[in-house]
Amino acid sequence: MPSHPNQPSMQKVQPLPDASAAAMPAMQVRNLNFYYGDRRVLEGISIDVAQQCVTAIIGPSGCGKSTFLKALNRIGELETQVKVEGTIEFFGQDIYNPRVNLNRLRRQIGMVFQKPNPFAMSVYDNVAYGVRVGNRRSRSELDEIVESALRGAALWDEVKDQLNKSALGLSGGQQQRLCIARALAVKPKVLLMDEPCSALDPIATMKIEELIHALRSELAIAIVTHNMQQASRVSDFTAFFSTDESRVGHMVEFGSTTHIFRTAHDARTRDYVEGRFG
Amino acid sequence: MNPARPTPPIASLADAPEELSVPLPWRRRIFSHSMTTIAFLLTGLALLPLFAILIEIIRRGLPQLSWETLTALPAPVGMTDMADGFGNAIVGTLLMVGVATLISVPIGVLTAVFLSEFGQGSTIANAVRFLVTVLSGVPSIVVGVFAYGVIVLTTKEYSALAGSFALGVIMLPIVVLATEGALLLVPQSQRLASAALGANRLQTTFRIVIATALPAIMTGILLSIARAAGETAPLIFTALFTENFPRGLFSPAPSLSVLIYNYANSPFVEQNQMAWTAALVLLGLVLLLSVVSRVITRKRSDA
Repeated sequence: MPSHPNQPSMQKVQPLPDASAAAMPAMQVRNLNFYYGDRRVLEGISIDVAQQCVTAIIGPSGCGKSTFLKALNRIGELETQVKVEGTIEFFGQDIYNPRVNLNRLRRQIGMVFQKPNPFAMSVYDNVAYGVRVGNRRSRSELDEIVESALRGAALWDEVKDQLNKSALGLSGGQQQRLCIARALAVKPKVLLMDEPCSALDPIATMKIEELIHALRSELAIAIVTHNMQQASRVSDFTAFFSTDESRVGHMVEFGSTTHIFRTAHDARTRDYVEGRFG
Repeated sequence: MNPARPTPPIASLADAPEELSVPLPWRRRIFSHSMTTIAFLLTGLALLPLFAILIEIIRRGLPQLSWETLTALPAPVGMTDMADGFGNAIVGTLLMVGVATLISVPIGVLTAVFLSEFGQGSTIANAVRFLVTVLSGVPSIVVGVFAYGVIVLTTKEYSALAGSFALGVIMLPIVVLATEGALLLVPQSQRLASAALGANRLQTTFRIVIATALPAIMTGILLSIARAAGETAPLIFTALFTENFPRGLFSPAPSLSVLIYNYANSPFVEQNQMAWTAALVLLGLVLLLSVVSRVITRKRSDA
């Protein structure tokens, strides 16, 4: 491959793996320090969440994976006071800029939670909720959006005859896919998944993983998982978080999933992915 | 530690397993039976007053109950050829409790929304909650005097509105505390899910939190209505009583509770008997209301 003489040194100042040279990462995190109140819970995190890729975040319990995910759509601040140093950019826009419209931000960065949390309404209303709070749509437009979101979440065939039944009557796996459909209905650019399979049985887990594969071409996905096999199965990039005696989570290594699982630089990463600790 | 000494085994399969089906010792059996008996007896004892009241009200109130009783005006004592009833008191109670509900429910629910959703943990929320708790402990006669001072003295007339105001003040803390409790029971995950879909706090509060808590809020409102419908003291010096149908919010109005109070103190046996019937009707109204709204909320939550 013919290369420009400057190329090698350029690559050195860019230590993060470049998803695809052309596409801008959907989210770019640089030197993030994150505080709950005055307590520092995350430090020195730099990650790209690339478009049309799955980025997995793995690490032992308490290393701040979920906290990090909740910082990406600014939902953590609903529970506690937070403070942020460093930058988190969504397509080049700083999301912690005080002028950011949070509802607009969260509409474009969807989230699926650890435990399925459908609303106590019908299946249809659950999926339509995000669209309805965003702006007015006609009934037929809404019908279309609900159907395509449910199809997107591979749930349509199972629930098409019970759209008006309570969502609480679905099985755990169906509820979680409903939550994914609900997030997809508002057409987000990024989907954050916080251990979406930890409350599900293996078959439901497999369905969610297939879904992640299918959705990958449409948006950017960041997934937190305890399960390393899952990370290696579904993701293109992996970030390994860890924590030390100070209980502050930090990023040990970030790279392509093959790199993290086969040829990790850091001994702690190798130990973790081989199951020797954590 | 002596390394030569072997540690005793923690569990051992060498010992024979214990027999599982052994009858309980007789003392435990006697204790168990006597405790069950005592529990049943005490439950019966606790329910006794309830049934005693119900049976007595039905026994003494039912004979006079007829369509006439529910619709006619009170007849002067001794006029046996006239229809006798207390339709005016039923209308008056419905009117005043209705207006009191219109006053207390919006204020009460919104106060609870502030306490649980917008101001949680703030000094002002804690102060408001404390004051509401104090208000719930204020005797109803004091509330009646308060309404007399605020409404009757300023408008210079006894009125249904003053009675409604007094009842509303009594209902308010019940509505606030019940609603706040109901809102706090809505899991945080529901609020987060709504926020993650781009809903603002107002949308989250009204479309998710209140909707989820609606049956419990309804129960709280009903409880307060039942309480208000039976209040007598706040009405005696606010709404007074009339022998006619209420003529609107700005004139005195009759009510079942004041009618019962007047008739129970009356020297005439006919009126004493009618007091029992009025008590039966009041009880029936509250029961009917609670059944109807339970059916409504159940239908909604099934959707």
